[in-house]
Amino acid sequence: MQPETPTTELDSKARPAFRAVGLTKIYGEGQSAVRALRGVDLEIGEGEFIVLLGPSGSGKSTLLNIIGGLDNATEGRIFFRDQDITALDARRLTAFRRAHIGYIFQFYNLIASLTARENVALVTEIARDPIPPEEALTLVGLGDRLDHFPAQMSGGEQQRVAVARAVAKRPDVLLCDEPTGALDSATGIAVLEAIEQVNRELQATVIVITHNQAIGAIAERVISFADGKIAGDRRNQARITSAELSW
Amino acid sequence: MRALATLDAKLLRDLWRLKGQGAAICLVVACACAIIVVMLGTLTSLTISRDAYYERYRFADVFATATRAPLGLADRIAEIDGVKAMEARIAAFVLLDLPELAEPARARLLSLPEAGRPSLNDIVLRKGRLPDPNRPDEVVVNESFAEAHAMEPGASLAANIEGKRRTLRVVGVALSPEFVYTIGPGDLVPDERRFAIAWMGRRAMEAAFDLDGAFNDLVLSLYPGTSEQSVIERLDVLLRPYGGLGAYGRDDQISHTFLQGELDQLGTMATLLPPIFLAVAAFLLNVVMARVVATERSEIGLMKAFGYSNAGVAAHYLKLAVGICAIGVLLGWGTGIWLGRGMTGLYAQNYKFPFLFFRFEAWVFLVSGGVCIGACALGTLNAIRGAVRLTPAEAMRPPQPTGYHAGFIESLGAQRLMSQPNRMVVRHFFRWPIRSGLTVLGIASSCGLLVMSLFFSDSIDEMTDSFFFKNQRFSTALTFTEIQNREVLHDLASLPGVMRIEPVRFASVRLVNGPLSERTAITGLSADARLSQLIDTQGRPVEIAPGGLTLSDFLAKELGVSAGDWLRVEALEGRRRVEALRVSRVITENIGSAAYMDIAALNRFMGEGQVASAVRMVTDAHAEEALFAEFKTMPIVQGVASQRAAYTRFVELLDQIMGVTITVYVTFGSLIAVGIAYNSARISLAERSRELASMRVLGFTQTEAATVLLGELALVTVLALPIGCLMGYGLAALLVGAFESELYRIPLIIEPSTYGWAMVIVLASACATGLMVARRLSQLDLVAVMKVQE
Repeated sequence: MQPETPTTELDSKARPAFRAVGLTKIYGEGQSAVRALRGVDLEIGEGEFIVLLGPSGSGKSTLLNIIGGLDNATEGRIFFRDQDITALDARRLTAFRRAHIGYIFQFYNLIASLTARENVALVTEIARDPIPPEEALTLVGLGDRLDHFPAQMSGGEQQRVAVARAVAKRPDVLLCDEPTGALDSATGIAVLEAIEQVNRELQATVIVITHNQAIGAIAERVISFADGKIAGDRRNQARITSAELSW
Repeated sequence: MRALATLDAKLLRDLWRLKGQGAAICLVVACACAIIVVMLGTLTSLTISRDAYYERYRFADVFATATRAPLGLADRIAEIDGVKAMEARIAAFVLLDLPELAEPARARLLSLPEAGRPSLNDIVLRKGRLPDPNRPDEVVVNESFAEAHAMEPGASLAANIEGKRRTLRVVGVALSPEFVYTIGPGDLVPDERRFAIAWMGRRAMEAAFDLDGAFNDLVLSLYPGTSEQSVIERLDVLLRPYGGLGAYGRDDQISHTFLQGELDQLGTMATLLPPIFLAVAAFLLNVVMARVVATERSEIGLMKAFGYSNAGVAAHYLKLAVGICAIGVLLGWGTGIWLGRGMTGLYAQNYKFPFLFFRFEAWVFLVSGGVCIGACALGTLNAIRGAVRLTPAEAMRPPQPTGYHAGFIESLGAQRLMSQPNRMVVRHFFRWPIRSGLTVLGIASSCGLLVMSLFFSDSIDEMTDSFFFKNQRFSTALTFTEIQNREVLHDLASLPGVMRIEPVRFASVRLVNGPLSERTAITGLSADARLSQLIDTQGRPVEIAPGGLTLSDFLAKELGVSAGDWLRVEALEGRRRVEALRVSRVITENIGSAAYMDIAALNRFMGEGQVASAVRMVTDAHAEEALFAEFKTMPIVQGVASQRAAYTRFVELLDQIMGVTITVYVTFGSLIAVGIAYNSARISLAERSRELASMRVLGFTQTEAATVLLGELALVTVLALPIGCLMGYGLAALLVGAFESELYRIPLIIEPSTYGWAMVIVLASACATGLMVARRLSQLDLVAVMKVQE
């Protein structure tokens, strides 16, 4: 194994945060090939709160994974602050994720053997300018559950730990893949409030994937996906807060 | 039937899917199975060959010697109740002058009846013919001696018989059940170049040794059910007037004792080693099967929901475990046959049978296969019970998340010293304490086996060192045909090249303490002996006690005495005096089990003047050739032993045997470490793939994630090493105890470097397998893993 170090230093002054050009992703080969993305062009501004809507298989998760450096594009380019991510090797992609990206998944993916505080500390220990774990957990309303293990917490609490873990390193970008998918509506809304707060207070660019049309109402911008392409891209004129949401 | 076939198809796919872990388990099972096949197979082959050989060539039950007994006495002996057959022989030691050896070789000459074959201890003629009664110089020699000197019938042999140089003609080459293990008196190991057995016609021997109508060596066979002890007692009474040295049974017959010791050792290894491997295999199967059941939770629910019975589900998983084990058994059988043939070949070099080959005994294969599969099935029971207990509804729901808590170590405040990844490692270890503990024990047993395999060379080094360089500091030993006055020492001392000379007196005795008695020889040494050094039980050199007996610790134990106790000493030669003597000192001896006395005190006890039966000398290496040539012509010399030659032969033989044995055991021992480390890492990877993927997504590098994966393996291995060293010490002590015999004791010496090597081998095995599994981290599909519900 090669030693990997977080050396990628991207220019944070540039705007927009992400620029995708002709992004194409094909899974498989020949007759069984599936085109998950079909030449997507997209710009995402620094600090924007974006909701990606669309049915299963529409390509939104594929886009998120490529943006987050978890997957490679088959064709096209994607730039983060003028840095071509598609040109990075695995080691540099790891460094890119470590330096800039916070991830939240539908199924929390907490480390069962670490407490809430330690799950967050896992990230802050390798971050350059992190928020103390206690502070990050207070930010998501879990200041009193610091020493609980995941098995001792509800789904909503676990997802909020995941949010705290994602934001504690002050990421430039917060990528959320169905963050409320496994939660009931009240808990889901509490999680969204936490994400909203991060966007507001840390000025992180937030991209949320969801099936849930209603969540689109809290975004600055809603991008709809269908069949591997952007089917709609609109600015939210009447943006509401998570607290006002219901589904 | 169709459903069964479908499940069996799943079974085959599961076997294929588990190939890595299955292979690791197979190897451990194969080791156990191979050891059973090798040990039991070799044991059976040797036992069957021995028994058949003994029976076919009428190996005797009782052995006795005398100075000179009339043949008429033989008829009275034959009338002793229970005696089936008897052979009254003439036996003598003679010197051989071989052109390729500077020092004289020794031969034990035995008479053959004038007509027909010996009624007992018959010989197996391999080449040539028996001596012609009318040609007194014809002899038959033992096969290993003939081979060592490339001697064929027709060859001639210069011998010094009763002071006369004679040229003997080799007319045949033979084997005898009496000399399966052909070792010269006082030798540590067989030396076929310097020790021969030669059979000569009775009339020729009578003439050569002035034993007309007499015998000095007697062998008897007994009817089944006869008390050997009572025959020996009667025999001793009859032979006493004729210089009888005390008869003894097969258990004290040197060749038989060595062979029996070897068989006992094989039996010990066959019972000691396989359980360790089987316990490890059973544990590994339990872990792997528990993981299989956990990952197939919903499938189990589905099977049950569709109407499969608990027995059906249990049978399915049992078949999987037995399938893995069965492959191991097949591999073990193959390896066992291969190693067994090699081992039997190795035995054939040292134990001379007319027929010895590795036998394919069906029961050995049935037992080894049955034991292995039984142990594996037992190991799987726990995991299978888990599958049986799942109700369909419960099985289809995802399992509860694993609960953790901060462990004992952290409660001591150690958590501040730990990074989060280290904490993950420690908590995961303590979350399943039994599994972790057994993993530690498993790796420890590998380390223990390695220590046990490697310690032999330390102990043998110590044995060699103490025997050749501490106890016996002479370069040459001369044994006389009969006791000599001390004046002869002066004559020998004046020979060119003799730098120091010390007398030694051997006296055959029976030592008696109440019901316990031992037939042995007292070695008389001068009070100022420098060439024979005794070592006390604390390892310090001690002088011979001026009065009373000095006993080796083994002999003292056998007789149930310690320093200060009294023993009844019955001389079996000379004036046959009987006296009570005090045990003055107990010393440590690894080879033999001797008793010592001050030579002057011994001579007084025997009622003889200042006599010696042997001398030990330091000789000038440059003058040795001339000196040996001189010895070859001296009628008083019965044997000449060169310490250098004995040492070379000893080391050569041990290197050959130890090299093979150690290689096999080290391979087997390392396979346990590989098996456990591989399975432990694979299970860890399976259980933690989501966590490791999370870490990768969070920006941890592959190396950092691998640290968590391998951290637990490292922790387990580090904990296992000291335990393994202790286990190794215990196993070594067990073997030393089991191998202890009158002939030799292996000292329990384990050098730090042996522990070091064992640990290095375990660490290397664990590292190699750990890294192999860690490479799989790069194949981890981050997106897929993260998207799946726990």
